[in-house]
Amino acid sequence: MSYAYHEPSELDEALALLARHGDDAHAVAGATAFMLLYRQGLLRPSHVVGLRRVRSLGGIRDDGGALVIGATATHREAERSPLVARHCAALARAFASVATVRVRNQATVGGNLAHADPAQDPPAMLLALDAAVTAVSPGGTREIPLAELFVDVLTTSLAPGELITAVRVPALAPGTRAAYVKFLPRTADDYATVSVAATLRRSEDGRVADVRVVLGAVGPTPIRATSAEDALRGAAPDAARIAEAAALARDAADPIDDVRGSAAYKREMARVWTERALRSLVA
Amino acid sequence: MTERLLRFTVNGEPREVRVADDRRLVDVLRDDLRLTGTKEGCSVGVCGVCGVLVDGALVSACLYPAVFADGASITTIEGIARGGTLAPLQEAFISEGGFQCGICTPGQIVAAAALLAERPRPTDAEIDEWMTGSLCRCTGYAGIRRAIRKAAGG
Ligand SMILES: Cc1cc2nc3c(=O)[nH]c(=O)nc-3n(C[C@H](O)[C@H](O)[C@H](O)COP(=O)(O)OP(=O)(O)OC[C@H]3O[C@@H](n4cnc5c(N)ncnc54)[C@H](O)[C@@H]3O)c2cc1C
Repeated sequence: MSYAYHEPSELDEALALLARHGDDAHAVAGATAFMLLYRQGLLRPSHVVGLRRVRSLGGIRDDGGALVIGATATHREAERSPLVARHCAALARAFASVATVRVRNQATVGGNLAHADPAQDPPAMLLALDAAVTAVSPGGTREIPLAELFVDVLTTSLAPGELITAVRVPALAPGTRAAYVKFLPRTADDYATVSVAATLRRSEDGRVADVRVVLGAVGPTPIRATSAEDALRGAAPDAARIAEAAALARDAADPIDDVRGSAAYKREMARVWTERALRSLVA
Repeated sequence: MTERLLRFTVNGEPREVRVADDRRLVDVLRDDLRLTGTKEGCSVGVCGVCGVLVDGALVSACLYPAVFADGASITTIEGIARGGTLAPLQEAFISEGGFQCGICTPGQIVAAAALLAERPRPTDAEIDEWMTGSLCRCTGYAGIRRAIRKAAGG
Protein backbone atom coordinates (compact mmCIF):
# COMPACT_ATOMS: atom_id res chain seq x y z
CA MET A 1 0.00 0.00 0.00
CA SER A 2 1.31 3.35 -1.00
CA TYR A 3 1.62 6.22 1.41
CA ALA A 4 -0.42 9.35 0.82
CA TYR A 5 1.74 12.18 -0.44
CA HIS A 6 1.05 15.73 0.75
CA GLU A 7 2.66 18.82 -0.72
CA PRO A 8 1.82 21.87 1.38
CA SER A 9 2.95 25.35 0.33
CA GLU A 10 3.01 26.76 3.86
CA LEU A 11 5.33 25.76 6.68
CA ASP A 12 2.51 25.75 9.25
CA GLU A 13 0.61 23.28 7.14
CA ALA A 14 3.66 20.99 6.88
CA LEU A 15 4.20 21.09 10.64
CA ALA A 16 0.49 20.44 11.28
CA LEU A 17 0.50 17.41 8.95
CA LEU A 18 3.56 15.97 10.67
CA ALA A 19 2.04 16.61 14.11
CA ARG A 20 -1.33 15.13 13.15
CA HIS A 21 0.10 11.90 11.73
CA GLY A 22 2.94 11.48 14.21
CA ASP A 23 4.91 8.28 13.70
CA ASP A 24 2.91 7.48 10.57
CA ALA A 25 4.29 10.55 8.80
CA HIS A 26 7.68 11.24 7.24
CA ALA A 27 8.97 14.49 5.75
CA VAL A 28 10.83 14.52 2.44
CA ALA A 29 12.65 17.28 0.66
CA GLY A 30 14.64 15.91 -2.30
CA ALA A 31 13.68 12.35 -1.32
CA THR A 32 17.02 10.87 -2.42
CA ALA A 33 17.76 9.33 0.97
CA PHE A 34 14.09 8.64 1.63
CA MET A 35 13.55 6.67 -1.59
CA LEU A 36 16.43 4.33 -0.80
CA LEU A 37 15.24 3.68 2.75
CA TYR A 38 11.62 3.30 1.64
CA ARG A 39 12.46 0.84 -1.10
CA GLN A 40 14.48 -1.25 1.33
CA GLY A 41 11.45 -1.35 3.61
CA LEU A 42 13.29 0.53 6.36
CA LEU A 43 10.65 3.27 6.40
CA ARG A 44 6.94 2.53 6.05
CA PRO A 45 5.08 5.81 6.55
CA SER A 46 1.36 6.14 5.74
CA HIS A 47 1.84 9.84 5.04
CA VAL A 48 4.70 11.60 3.33
CA VAL A 49 4.94 15.36 3.62
CA GLY A 50 6.86 16.95 0.76
CA LEU A 51 8.67 20.17 1.65
CA ARG A 52 9.74 21.18 -1.86
CA ARG A 53 6.86 23.62 -2.41
CA VAL A 54 7.03 25.24 1.01
CA ARG A 55 7.98 28.72 -0.06
CA SER A 56 9.71 29.89 3.11
CA LEU A 57 12.20 26.99 3.04
CA GLY A 58 13.92 27.86 -0.24
CA GLY A 59 16.55 30.29 -1.37
CA ILE A 60 20.01 31.43 -0.38
CA ARG A 61 20.59 34.87 1.08
CA ASP A 62 23.00 37.12 2.89
CA ASP A 63 21.81 38.23 6.29
CA GLY A 64 24.08 40.99 7.54
CA GLY A 65 27.25 39.07 6.65
CA ALA A 66 25.91 35.66 7.61
CA LEU A 67 25.08 33.23 4.82
CA VAL A 68 21.62 31.68 5.12
CA ILE A 69 20.88 28.64 2.97
CA GLY A 70 17.24 27.55 2.91
CA ALA A 71 16.59 23.91 3.76
CA THR A 72 15.17 23.04 0.35
CA ALA A 73 17.95 24.67 -1.66
CA THR A 74 19.49 21.88 -3.71
CA HIS A 75 23.19 21.08 -3.54
CA ARG A 76 23.45 22.26 -7.13
CA GLU A 77 21.92 25.62 -6.26
CA ALA A 78 24.31 25.96 -3.34
CA GLU A 79 27.42 24.94 -5.27
CA ARG A 80 26.65 27.49 -8.01
CA SER A 81 25.43 30.31 -5.81
CA PRO A 82 27.62 33.43 -6.06
CA LEU A 83 26.69 34.18 -2.44
CA VAL A 84 28.04 30.82 -1.27
CA ALA A 85 31.20 31.20 -3.36
CA ARG A 86 31.80 34.70 -2.01
CA HIS A 87 31.21 33.61 1.56
CA CYS A 88 33.53 30.62 1.37
CA ALA A 89 34.81 28.88 -1.76
CA ALA A 90 35.59 25.73 0.23
CA LEU A 91 31.92 25.48 1.23
CA ALA A 92 30.89 25.64 -2.42
CA ARG A 93 33.43 22.88 -3.03
CA ALA A 94 31.94 20.74 -0.27
CA PHE A 95 28.50 21.02 -1.86
CA ALA A 96 29.98 20.25 -5.28
CA SER A 97 31.71 17.17 -3.82
CA VAL A 98 28.41 15.39 -3.26
CA ALA A 99 28.11 12.40 -5.61
CA THR A 100 27.03 13.43 -9.09
CA VAL A 101 25.17 16.26 -10.76
CA ARG A 102 22.07 14.04 -10.78
CA VAL A 103 22.08 13.66 -7.02
CA ARG A 104 22.97 17.32 -6.47
CA ASN A 105 20.06 18.45 -8.65
CA GLN A 106 17.60 16.59 -6.41
CA ALA A 107 19.12 16.39 -2.92
CA THR A 108 18.65 19.37 -0.62
CA VAL A 109 20.95 21.04 1.87
CA GLY A 110 18.45 20.56 4.72
CA GLY A 111 17.81 16.93 3.79
CA ASN A 112 21.53 16.26 3.85
CA LEU A 113 21.87 17.64 7.37
CA ALA A 114 18.75 15.87 8.67
CA HIS A 115 19.85 12.56 7.12
CA ALA A 116 23.07 12.75 9.16
CA ASP A 117 25.09 10.12 7.36
CA PRO A 118 28.60 10.74 8.72
CA ALA A 119 30.13 10.08 5.30
CA GLN A 120 28.38 13.08 3.76
CA ASP A 121 30.41 16.07 2.64
CA PRO A 122 28.67 19.32 3.68
CA PRO A 123 28.33 18.52 7.40
CA ALA A 124 32.07 18.56 8.14
CA MET A 125 32.60 21.84 6.29
CA LEU A 126 29.57 23.48 7.88
CA LEU A 127 30.75 22.37 11.31
CA ALA A 128 34.20 23.83 10.63
CA LEU A 129 32.48 27.09 9.69
CA ASP A 130 30.57 27.08 12.99
CA ALA A 131 27.18 26.89 11.26
CA ALA A 132 23.85 26.32 13.00
CA VAL A 133 20.48 25.18 11.73
CA THR A 134 17.23 26.95 12.45
CA ALA A 135 14.61 24.42 13.46
CA VAL A 136 10.87 24.89 13.85
CA SER A 137 8.19 22.82 15.49
CA PRO A 138 4.67 23.64 16.61
CA GLY A 139 6.35 24.63 19.89
CA GLY A 140 8.51 27.36 18.35
CA THR A 141 11.84 28.09 16.73
CA ARG A 142 15.35 27.29 17.96
CA GLU A 143 18.92 27.42 16.70
CA ILE A 144 20.90 24.20 16.86
CA PRO A 145 24.68 24.50 16.40
CA LEU A 146 25.89 21.72 14.12
CA ALA A 147 28.01 20.34 16.93
CA GLU A 148 24.74 19.60 18.75
CA LEU A 149 22.73 18.53 15.70
CA PHE A 150 24.66 15.35 14.94
CA VAL A 151 24.15 12.73 17.63
CA ASP A 152 25.00 9.43 15.96
CA VAL A 153 24.88 7.65 12.61
CA LEU A 154 21.63 8.81 10.91
CA THR A 155 20.55 10.40 14.18
CA THR A 156 20.08 14.09 14.93
CA SER A 157 18.82 16.04 17.91
CA LEU A 158 15.76 17.18 15.94
CA ALA A 159 12.55 16.28 17.77
CA PRO A 160 9.93 14.22 15.91
CA GLY A 161 8.01 16.55 13.61
CA GLU A 162 10.62 19.29 13.93
CA LEU A 163 11.91 20.75 10.67
CA ILE A 164 15.09 22.48 9.61
CA THR A 165 14.19 25.74 7.87
CA ALA A 166 17.72 26.92 7.04
CA VAL A 167 21.38 26.58 7.85
CA ARG A 168 23.14 29.75 8.93
CA VAL A 169 26.86 30.22 8.37
CA PRO A 170 28.26 33.16 10.34
CA ALA A 171 30.57 35.70 8.72
CA LEU A 172 34.17 34.50 8.71
CA ALA A 173 36.67 36.66 10.58
CA PRO A 174 38.67 38.67 8.01
CA GLY A 175 41.70 36.75 6.77
CA THR A 176 40.21 33.33 7.53
CA ARG A 177 41.08 30.66 4.97
CA ALA A 178 39.15 27.45 4.53
CA ALA A 179 39.73 24.12 2.84
CA TYR A 180 37.68 21.02 2.12
CA VAL A 181 39.44 17.88 0.93
CA LYS A 182 37.78 14.55 0.14
CA PHE A 183 39.84 11.38 -0.20
CA LEU A 184 38.35 9.20 -2.96
CA PRO A 185 40.53 6.14 -3.58
CA ARG A 186 37.71 4.20 -5.30
CA THR A 187 35.61 6.29 -7.68
CA ALA A 188 35.14 10.02 -8.22
CA ASP A 189 31.46 9.89 -7.23
CA ASP A 190 31.90 7.85 -4.05
CA TYR A 191 31.32 8.86 -0.47
CA ALA A 192 34.52 9.99 1.21
CA THR A 193 36.89 7.44 2.68
CA VAL A 194 38.06 10.36 4.80
CA SER A 195 37.32 14.04 4.42
CA VAL A 196 38.83 17.03 6.19
CA ALA A 197 37.35 20.49 6.56
CA ALA A 198 39.55 23.15 8.09
CA THR A 199 39.61 26.87 8.65
CA LEU A 200 42.63 28.88 9.73
CA ARG A 201 43.36 32.50 10.46
CA ARG A 202 46.79 33.93 11.22
CA SER A 203 47.59 37.03 13.19
CA GLU A 204 49.97 39.69 11.92
CA ASP A 205 53.02 37.92 13.35
CA GLY A 206 52.10 34.81 11.34
CA ARG A 207 50.98 32.75 14.30
CA VAL A 208 47.71 30.87 14.23
CA ALA A 209 45.02 33.06 15.74
CA ASP A 210 42.17 30.66 15.12
CA VAL A 211 41.81 27.21 13.63
CA ARG A 212 39.15 24.53 13.29
CA VAL A 213 39.73 21.01 12.02
CA VAL A 214 36.81 18.65 11.35
CA LEU A 215 37.09 15.06 10.14
CA GLY A 216 34.35 13.47 8.05
CA ALA A 217 33.57 9.78 7.42
CA VAL A 218 35.75 8.55 10.28
CA GLY A 219 33.22 8.36 13.10
CA PRO A 220 29.50 8.22 13.85
CA THR A 221 29.31 12.00 13.35
CA PRO A 222 31.72 14.55 11.91
CA ILE A 223 34.51 14.85 14.47
CA ARG A 224 36.07 18.11 15.56
CA ALA A 225 39.77 17.41 16.18
CA THR A 226 40.16 19.87 19.04
CA SER A 227 43.53 18.45 20.12
CA ALA A 228 44.91 19.22 16.67
CA GLU A 229 43.46 22.72 16.88
CA ASP A 230 45.03 23.27 20.32
CA ALA A 231 48.44 22.23 19.01
CA LEU A 232 48.25 24.94 16.36
CA ARG A 233 46.57 27.82 18.13
CA GLY A 234 49.12 30.47 19.06
CA ALA A 235 51.92 28.62 17.27
CA ALA A 236 53.82 29.34 14.09
CA PRO A 237 52.30 26.85 11.61
CA ASP A 238 55.53 25.43 10.25
CA ALA A 239 55.81 21.97 8.75
CA ALA A 240 56.71 20.32 12.06
CA ARG A 241 53.81 21.89 13.91
CA ILE A 242 51.37 20.94 11.17
CA ALA A 243 52.69 17.36 11.21
CA GLU A 244 52.16 17.26 14.96
CA ALA A 245 48.59 18.55 14.61
CA ALA A 246 47.88 16.01 11.87
CA ALA A 247 49.08 13.18 14.11
CA LEU A 248 46.63 14.39 16.77
CA ALA A 249 43.85 14.39 14.17
CA ARG A 250 44.67 10.75 13.45
CA ASP A 251 44.16 9.97 17.12
CA ALA A 252 40.85 11.87 17.13
CA ALA A 253 39.45 9.77 14.28
CA ASP A 254 37.13 6.95 15.30
CA PRO A 255 36.51 4.99 12.08
CA ILE A 256 35.13 1.55 11.39
CA ASP A 257 36.34 -1.15 9.00
CA ASP A 258 34.22 -1.15 5.86
CA VAL A 259 34.43 -1.39 2.07
CA ARG A 260 36.32 1.91 1.99
CA GLY A 261 39.15 0.59 4.10
CA SER A 262 40.18 -0.70 7.48
CA ALA A 263 39.88 1.51 10.53
CA ALA A 264 43.68 1.65 10.79
CA TYR A 265 44.01 2.77 7.18
CA LYS A 266 41.38 5.46 7.57
CA ARG A 267 43.06 6.74 10.72
CA GLU A 268 46.33 7.06 8.84
CA MET A 269 44.55 8.76 5.95
CA ALA A 270 42.96 11.20 8.41
CA ARG A 271 46.50 12.20 9.36
CA VAL A 272 47.67 12.51 5.75
CA TRP A 273 44.68 14.56 4.60
CA THR A 274 44.67 16.79 7.66
CA GLU A 275 48.31 17.58 6.96
CA ARG A 276 47.52 18.38 3.33
CA ALA A 277 44.52 20.54 4.21
CA LEU A 278 46.46 22.52 6.80
CA ARG A 279 49.44 22.99 4.52
CA SER A 280 47.19 24.40 1.84
CA LEU A 281 45.92 26.95 4.36
CA VAL A 282 49.37 28.30 5.21
CA ALA A 283 50.89 28.09 1.71
CA MET B 1 -5.79 9.50 -1.20
CA THR B 2 -2.83 7.35 -2.15
CA GLU B 3 -3.04 7.77 -5.88
CA ARG B 4 -3.52 10.74 -8.13
CA LEU B 5 -3.68 12.01 -11.67
CA LEU B 6 -0.38 13.51 -12.76
CA ARG B 7 -0.22 15.93 -15.64
CA PHE B 8 3.09 16.71 -17.26
CA THR B 9 4.65 16.98 -20.65
CA VAL B 10 6.96 14.24 -21.86
CA ASN B 11 9.17 15.14 -24.80
CA GLY B 12 6.88 18.06 -25.55
CA GLU B 13 3.61 16.09 -25.49
CA PRO B 14 1.08 16.62 -22.71
CA ARG B 15 0.44 13.38 -20.83
CA GLU B 16 -1.87 12.37 -18.00
CA VAL B 17 -1.30 9.31 -15.94
CA ARG B 18 -2.90 7.95 -12.77
CA VAL B 19 -0.23 6.73 -10.36
CA ALA B 20 0.14 5.50 -6.81
CA ASP B 21 1.80 8.21 -4.71
CA ASP B 22 4.87 6.08 -4.05
CA ARG B 23 5.74 5.30 -7.65
CA ARG B 24 9.08 6.19 -9.08
CA LEU B 25 9.38 8.23 -12.24
CA VAL B 26 11.34 5.44 -13.92
CA ASP B 27 8.39 3.04 -13.52
CA VAL B 28 5.86 5.54 -14.79
CA LEU B 29 7.99 6.26 -17.85
CA ARG B 30 8.79 2.65 -18.68
CA ASP B 31 5.68 0.76 -17.58
CA ASP B 32 2.84 3.26 -17.88
CA LEU B 33 4.03 5.37 -20.79
CA ARG B 34 6.02 2.60 -22.50
CA LEU B 35 9.03 4.84 -22.93
CA THR B 36 11.54 2.07 -22.44
CA GLY B 37 14.53 4.00 -23.77
CA THR B 38 15.16 5.03 -20.18
CA LYS B 39 16.82 2.02 -18.53
CA GLU B 40 17.04 0.88 -14.95
CA GLY B 41 20.40 -0.35 -13.71
CA CYS B 42 21.51 -0.03 -10.11
CA SER B 43 18.18 1.33 -8.74
CA VAL B 44 20.08 3.43 -6.19
CA GLY B 45 21.06 6.54 -8.14
CA VAL B 46 24.62 5.52 -8.88
CA CYS B 47 24.90 4.17 -12.43
CA GLY B 48 23.17 6.85 -14.51
CA VAL B 49 21.26 4.70 -17.02
CA CYS B 50 17.92 6.12 -15.83
CA GLY B 51 18.98 9.74 -16.32
CA VAL B 52 16.16 12.03 -17.51
CA LEU B 53 15.59 15.77 -17.46
CA VAL B 54 12.88 17.28 -15.29
CA ASP B 55 12.41 20.93 -16.19
CA GLY B 56 15.87 20.75 -17.69
CA ALA B 57 17.57 19.31 -14.59
CA LEU B 58 19.29 15.94 -14.92
CA VAL B 59 18.05 13.47 -12.29
CA SER B 60 18.03 9.71 -11.70
CA ALA B 61 14.48 8.56 -12.48
CA CYS B 62 14.99 5.60 -10.10
CA LEU B 63 15.30 8.01 -7.15
CA TYR B 64 12.72 10.49 -8.34
CA PRO B 65 9.19 10.25 -6.95
CA ALA B 66 6.73 10.49 -9.83
CA VAL B 67 4.59 12.91 -7.80
CA PHE B 68 7.45 15.43 -7.96
CA ALA B 69 6.99 15.54 -11.74
CA ASP B 70 3.41 16.82 -11.60
CA GLY B 71 3.23 19.86 -13.86
CA ALA B 72 6.82 19.44 -15.04
CA SER B 73 8.35 19.12 -18.46
CA ILE B 74 10.23 15.84 -18.83
CA THR B 75 12.76 14.91 -21.48
CA THR B 76 13.78 11.30 -22.02
CA ILE B 77 16.11 9.77 -24.59
CA GLU B 78 13.09 9.45 -26.91
CA GLY B 79 12.88 13.24 -26.98
CA ILE B 80 16.45 13.94 -28.05
CA ALA B 81 15.97 13.17 -31.75
CA ARG B 82 13.63 15.55 -33.56
CA GLY B 83 11.09 14.34 -36.12
CA GLY B 84 12.87 11.07 -36.78
CA THR B 85 16.24 12.73 -37.33
CA LEU B 86 19.04 12.03 -34.89
CA ALA B 87 20.39 15.04 -33.01
CA PRO B 88 24.01 16.05 -33.74
CA LEU B 89 24.92 14.69 -30.31
CA GLN B 90 23.56 11.27 -31.24
CA GLU B 91 25.37 11.36 -34.59
CA ALA B 92 28.55 12.22 -32.73
CA PHE B 93 28.16 9.21 -30.40
CA ILE B 94 27.93 7.03 -33.52
CA SER B 95 30.83 8.58 -35.44
CA GLU B 96 33.11 8.74 -32.38
CA GLY B 97 32.26 5.26 -31.11
CA GLY B 98 30.75 6.55 -27.88
CA PHE B 99 29.34 3.14 -26.97
CA GLN B 100 29.79 -0.58 -27.31
CA CYS B 101 26.96 -2.61 -25.79
CA GLY B 102 24.64 0.39 -25.65
CA ILE B 103 22.87 -0.16 -22.33
CA CYS B 104 24.28 3.04 -20.84
CA THR B 105 23.87 5.08 -24.02
CA PRO B 106 20.43 6.61 -23.31
CA GLY B 107 21.65 7.89 -19.95
CA GLN B 108 24.96 9.09 -21.44
CA ILE B 109 23.21 11.03 -24.18
CA VAL B 110 20.60 12.59 -21.90
CA ALA B 111 23.36 13.61 -19.47
CA ALA B 112 25.47 15.03 -22.28
CA ALA B 113 22.47 16.93 -23.68
CA ALA B 114 21.93 18.52 -20.26
CA LEU B 115 25.60 19.48 -20.12
CA LEU B 116 25.55 21.08 -23.57
CA ALA B 117 22.36 22.95 -22.74
CA GLU B 118 24.10 24.47 -19.76
CA ARG B 119 27.60 24.76 -21.23
CA PRO B 120 27.61 24.75 -25.02
CA ARG B 121 31.44 24.64 -25.10
CA PRO B 122 32.54 22.54 -22.15
CA THR B 123 36.21 21.94 -21.40
CA ASP B 124 37.42 18.34 -21.04
CA ALA B 125 37.51 18.83 -17.28
CA GLU B 126 33.91 20.03 -17.31
CA ILE B 127 32.87 17.06 -19.44
CA ASP B 128 34.58 14.64 -17.05
CA GLU B 129 33.12 16.30 -13.98
CA TRP B 130 29.61 16.34 -15.36
CA MET B 131 29.65 12.81 -16.79
CA THR B 132 30.99 11.36 -13.52
CA GLY B 133 28.51 8.73 -12.43
CA SER B 134 27.32 7.90 -15.94
CA LEU B 135 28.93 4.52 -15.84
CA CYS B 136 30.09 2.64 -18.94
CA ARG B 137 31.37 -0.88 -18.36
CA CYS B 138 32.70 -1.30 -21.92
CA THR B 139 35.51 1.23 -21.25
CA GLY B 140 33.95 3.73 -23.65
CA TYR B 141 34.76 6.94 -21.79
CA ALA B 142 37.28 8.27 -24.30
CA GLY B 143 34.78 7.83 -27.13
CA ILE B 144 32.02 9.43 -25.08
CA ARG B 145 34.20 12.43 -24.34
CA ARG B 146 35.15 12.74 -28.01
CA ALA B 147 31.49 12.57 -29.00
CA ILE B 148 30.51 15.34 -26.61
CA ARG B 149 33.41 17.47 -27.77
CA LYS B 150 32.40 16.94 -31.38
CA ALA B 151 28.74 17.78 -30.71
CA ALA B 152 29.96 20.96 -29.02
CA GLY B 153 31.69 21.85 -32.29
CA GLY B 154 35.24 21.27 -31.10
C1 LIG C 1 23.67 7.78 -5.12
C2 LIG C 1 23.90 8.68 -3.96
C3 LIG C 1 25.18 9.13 -3.68
C4 LIG C 1 25.42 9.99 -2.62
N1 LIG C 1 26.68 10.44 -2.40
C5 LIG C 1 26.89 11.40 -1.46
C6 LIG C 1 28.16 12.02 -1.31
O1 LIG C 1 29.12 11.71 -1.99
N2 LIG C 1 28.29 12.97 -0.36
C7 LIG C 1 27.24 13.37 0.41
O2 LIG C 1 27.40 14.28 1.20
N3 LIG C 1 26.04 12.79 0.31
C8 LIG C 1 25.84 11.82 -0.61
N4 LIG C 1 24.61 11.26 -0.74
C9 LIG C 1 23.59 11.55 0.25
C10 LIG C 1 22.79 12.74 -0.13
O3 LIG C 1 23.55 13.90 0.16
C11 LIG C 1 21.51 12.72 0.70
O4 LIG C 1 20.74 11.62 0.28
C12 LIG C 1 20.70 13.97 0.48
O5 LIG C 1 21.44 15.12 0.76
C13 LIG C 1 19.46 13.99 1.31
O6 LIG C 1 18.73 15.15 0.94
P1 LIG C 1 17.24 15.02 0.39
O7 LIG C 1 16.75 16.40 0.20
O8 LIG C 1 17.18 14.13 -0.78
O9 LIG C 1 16.58 14.36 1.66
P2 LIG C 1 15.32 13.42 1.82
O10 LIG C 1 15.60 12.08 1.28
O11 LIG C 1 14.11 14.13 1.35
O12 LIG C 1 15.28 13.36 3.41
C14 LIG C 1 16.31 12.74 4.14
C15 LIG C 1 15.90 12.73 5.62
O13 LIG C 1 15.93 14.05 6.11
C16 LIG C 1 14.65 14.43 6.59
N5 LIG C 1 14.46 15.82 6.15
C17 LIG C 1 14.55 16.32 4.88
N6 LIG C 1 14.41 17.65 4.89
C18 LIG C 1 14.24 18.00 6.18
C19 LIG C 1 14.05 19.25 6.84
N7 LIG C 1 14.02 20.42 6.17
N8 LIG C 1 13.91 19.25 8.19
C20 LIG C 1 13.94 18.09 8.90
N9 LIG C 1 14.12 16.89 8.33
C21 LIG C 1 14.26 16.83 6.99
C22 LIG C 1 13.67 13.48 5.99
O14 LIG C 1 12.55 13.30 6.82
C23 LIG C 1 14.49 12.23 5.85
O15 LIG C 1 14.50 11.50 7.06
C24 LIG C 1 24.35 10.40 -1.80
C25 LIG C 1 23.05 9.95 -2.07
C26 LIG C 1 22.81 9.11 -3.14
C27 LIG C 1 21.42 8.66 -3.41
